[in-house]
Amino acid sequence: MPDSTATTLDPTAWTCPAPLRDQPRIVMGHGGGGTLSAELVQHVFAPAFGGEALAQLGDAAALSLGGVRLAFSTDSFVVRPLFFPGGSIGDLAVDGTVNDLAMSGAKAAYLSCGFILEEGVEVETVSRVAEALGAAARAAGVEVATGDTKVVEAGHGDGIFVNTAGIGLIPAGVDLRPQRVVPGDVVIVSGAIGAHGVAIMSVREGLEFGVEIVSDCAPLGGLVEAMLAVTPDLHVLRDPTRGGLAASLNEIAAAAGTGVVITEREVPVPPAVSNACAVLGLDPFYVANEGKLVAFVPRAHADAVLEAMRAHPLGAEARIIGEAVADHPGMVVARTGLGGTRVVDMPLGEQLPRIC
Amino acid sequence: MCLAVPGRVLEIEERDGTRVASVDFGGVVKEVCLEYLPDLQVGEYAIVHVGFALQRLDEESARQTLELFSELGMLQEEFGDPWEAAAGQEVGK
Amino acid sequence: MKYIDEFQDPELARRLLDDIHATVTRPWALMEVCGGQTHSIIRHGIDQLLPDEVELIHGPGCPVCVTPLEVIDKALEIASRPDVIFCSFGDMLRVPGTGRDLFQVRGEGGDVRVVYSPLDALRIAQQNPDRQVVFFGIGFETTAPPNAMTVHQARKLGIRNFSLLVSHVRVPPAIEAIMRSPNCRVQGFLAAGHVCTVMGVDEYPALADRHRVPIVVTGFEPLDILEGVRRTVAQLEHGEHTVENAYPRAVRAEGNPAARAMLEDVFEVTDRAWRGIGVIPDSGWRLSAKYREYDAESRFSVEGIRTREPAECRSGEVLQGLLKPYECEAFGTRCTPRTPLGATMVSSEGACAAYYLYRRLTATSTPREASPVA
Repeated sequence: MPDSTATTLDPTAWTCPAPLRDQPRIVMGHGGGGTLSAELVQHVFAPAFGGEALAQLGDAAALSLGGVRLAFSTDSFVVRPLFFPGGSIGDLAVDGTVNDLAMSGAKAAYLSCGFILEEGVEVETVSRVAEALGAAARAAGVEVATGDTKVVEAGHGDGIFVNTAGIGLIPAGVDLRPQRVVPGDVVIVSGAIGAHGVAIMSVREGLEFGVEIVSDCAPLGGLVEAMLAVTPDLHVLRDPTRGGLAASLNEIAAAAGTGVVITEREVPVPPAVSNACAVLGLDPFYVANEGKLVAFVPRAHADAVLEAMRAHPLGAEARIIGEAVADHPGMVVARTGLGGTRVVDMPLGEQLPRIC
Repeated sequence: MCLAVPGRVLEIEERDGTRVASVDFGGVVKEVCLEYLPDLQVGEYAIVHVGFALQRLDEESARQTLELFSELGMLQEEFGDPWEAAAGQEVGK
Repeated sequence: MKYIDEFQDPELARRLLDDIHATVTRPWALMEVCGGQTHSIIRHGIDQLLPDEVELIHGPGCPVCVTPLEVIDKALEIASRPDVIFCSFGDMLRVPGTGRDLFQVRGEGGDVRVVYSPLDALRIAQQNPDRQVVFFGIGFETTAPPNAMTVHQARKLGIRNFSLLVSHVRVPPAIEAIMRSPNCRVQGFLAAGHVCTVMGVDEYPALADRHRVPIVVTGFEPLDILEGVRRTVAQLEHGEHTVENAYPRAVRAEGNPAARAMLEDVFEVTDRAWRGIGVIPDSGWRLSAKYREYDAESRFSVEGIRTREPAECRSGEVLQGLLKPYECEAFGTRCTPRTPLGATMVSSEGACAAYYLYRRLTATSTPREASPVA
């Protein structure tokens, strides 16, 4: 690389010159959890809604209400197909919201549940989704307290969409925010990545392939509870869903104003996930998870937290994968197996199979 | 330009007059068209690109290539590190 | 996966790197032709581990990037028609044409589908006899045979609602064009292994002779790439210029004769424009007279669409190693990965896009020694 004084450009100031200008209509990438999603929130929703609570832009909002600290979150589920290896839209609707709450340290107490059904969908199918949702709620120890149903005309929906919202109490002394991350913090991932995304892709029209892997969807409240029992002083937690580990680490790095360095071979990736990615030309770091979390932990507590995670069934394969650094703020860098480095960038939109 | 991956043939069947194989890519199984490698057999490995087997993989060549790589260092270990040798010459001049 | 994992071994990589370091005595500029190799180089950080003397120039071998703006505009026009199901490999969806991409066409109601194989598109045509199904046939000599077979099958099975929008390109004429350009800096080529898997190596000795340039057929895993570099550098240091096969497990001298025969039956050689570079004589394929009725351009009357490449884009010079990306006036301002002007900014492996990302890193990092191979 030539030296950086050879140009008058200031690369640190590089941003998209005209966000949204080139996207007059919504494209799939706006729901992909990457740059396009972030821009939609930043340029359309946040200015329209205003409000301090929204400005946190976390997975869940931490709110004070009547002297109590609450976590409050909502998520919508549009997965196709409705039933996939290892779970269904019903499982995701519970685990997705429960996990968003867990990332603020809260144990989910109550959920709301809204169904948007397409005219013509079989009641039998709705019933199966509802059964799965109820079972997932019982497994997560959360109660569905209120709900709603709407029907749209045939052709205006895709079978079944589900929205859930949830609330839970944030324990005293717990303050999980990316802004608390400091250089030296240890990055821990709770287990092997990529299972959910690969399981979904294996049954997606046009991509079908056989694979033994099933979705990892699971409620993470218990694991978080075990971690907080070691110390309430964890800095930030994220569940790397859409956009995968790469998106979560980039969001944290950007909000924290630190860099992140990870060691590639420390990141657990099941062989079937890495091989499916090799066949489709994808990167496991960008593949979705539904039962994993990534934690930034003060170095002094890292070993104890790791031990507590490994003692929990959902954290048995937890690993330290890297650290926060003062260098390259806002950027995530991976050390490769050969000893080189590569930039792990924020994904733009959804990941696409490539041929090249 | 071309993402092509080695896979192992699990089974072969004939469909609409076309030979189609189930190919295993380390736990990921996909259907692959064998029209360009009609004599490929169950158990063999082939390079697959966009659903087509394009060439048989040659186990013996792969073995020889890896052997060559592992011998590269041996020569140096035997005759000394060329870096040091070069540095020594510089100093000795 | 067998044949992949063994070729990523860090210890053997160290041995190859040691050998390259020990062999090289002066600067050499090598071009890896294929975008897949560029991807692997960046993915594993291989360029940072090579001696400073070895410069890798990222070549034009990404079919997604070099598909001309004009063809993308034709694709957008066809995909917008209500009677059409437009099928494509995933990585073409985000490549911008004039003002929009295939994703946006889908947002506007177009039926655009991602498929893994061209045969999937043919199946969709069988399942939707009252719709027109168009497959976007891009790619080099590796991808052309699958697409050729698909058209052949369509004809054999009498599937008339299927057609191909063809933008196939060929490697040897591109190498020829690069070597002929004045001020060409490329001194050795890592040839694209998977192209040779199909085509064999007999197109290359004449090129190596004519331009006195070593050409080493190279694979895609880190050890393959290091071996390609090692052999090219060794030839250059010894003043040689021969064709070598450093990917013998997948490349035979004769390639795949069945695939070559099908290519010659379904396609014929034609001049082809490359995005950001211009027209290269004989560098493409189009459907032969026998299969012309499957040509989407004439079926949907889009031959008249003419789009000029932005004059501002200098990716042709970047691809030949004549210009560093940051030396281009548009770099980082009017040309970014979100708003690319040309081939090298379109794909994340393009030289300009890779540079854009990497410069952000180096500009915000404190300098330090490259870490050794672990």
